[in-house]
Amino acid sequence: MTNGLIDFVLVSVALLAIGIYGMSVKRNAIRMLFGVEMIINSANLNLVAFARFIPNSQGQTLALFSIAIAAAEVAVGLALVIVAYRMYKNIDIEDFRSLKG
Amino acid sequence: MLHMVDAVFLALSVLTIGSAIVALEIRSLIYGSIALMLTLSGIAGFFLLLDAPFVAMFQLSVYVGSIAVLILFTVMLVRRELIFNKIEDKRRRYAGIGLMLALMLGIGMIIIGSGMKSMETNSASVDYKKIGADFLTYYSPALIVMALILAASVVGALTLARREDITSDQRTD
Repeated sequence: MTNGLIDFVLVSVALLAIGIYGMSVKRNAIRMLFGVEMIINSANLNLVAFARFIPNSQGQTLALFSIAIAAAEVAVGLALVIVAYRMYKNIDIEDFRSLKG
Repeated sequence: MLHMVDAVFLALSVLTIGSAIVALEIRSLIYGSIALMLTLSGIAGFFLLLDAPFVAMFQLSVYVGSIAVLILFTVMLVRRELIFNKIEDKRRRYAGIGLMLALMLGIGMIIIGSGMKSMETNSASVDYKKIGADFLTYYSPALIVMALILAASVVGALTLARREDITSDQRTD
């Protein structure tokens, strides 16, 4: 392999920082989900990169579990966005003021 | 200075980071979710570079195939002017950019300064048959729990998104 471990980790750090920026600045609920996706993906990239350089197979197994859990998380998150949109007619999170059902 | 990386890696990282920024900053949410799809495909490319073809294909089928399409459909359910409406605080935006750069530089400098630089490998990659065997032997309880979590999340999402004010016989269309 020509690429070292540090290259993959640096790409992962950049993606993590962009994800945190998206989650802290954006007020659109769907764009905040984009940020969460980026953070999860940078974590998965880290897992697979370290698993390649140690090397063992547990990192890849954990990455597969993490991808499947992320799918469940997105399904519930999007359902929450749809419910909130139906209640408030908006996807701006500053409008989601009440937790009443 | 770091050692040279090959062209494929460079192209993939530009694609991933660039489309991540585009996904957050472009005006239309539809183009944003397509850019997010590109970011996820770039991560799948990194998995291929890391000799993990099984994880790469899983990433393509789960993330690009289902999650991104799910997000795209949800965006299309939202009112049209909300898709193109960009709502954010200017001061908060500058603070966020500052936080992003501080994180990138801070953690980046720590990582570059650490001993990770010299870490390279010549060993053979892990056989993906071993991952499948692991899933069915050592990790089989975790696999069952994960299946239950997926089922529970699907049921939960359906329950949340169901409309109680409409019954099927009231529908006129």
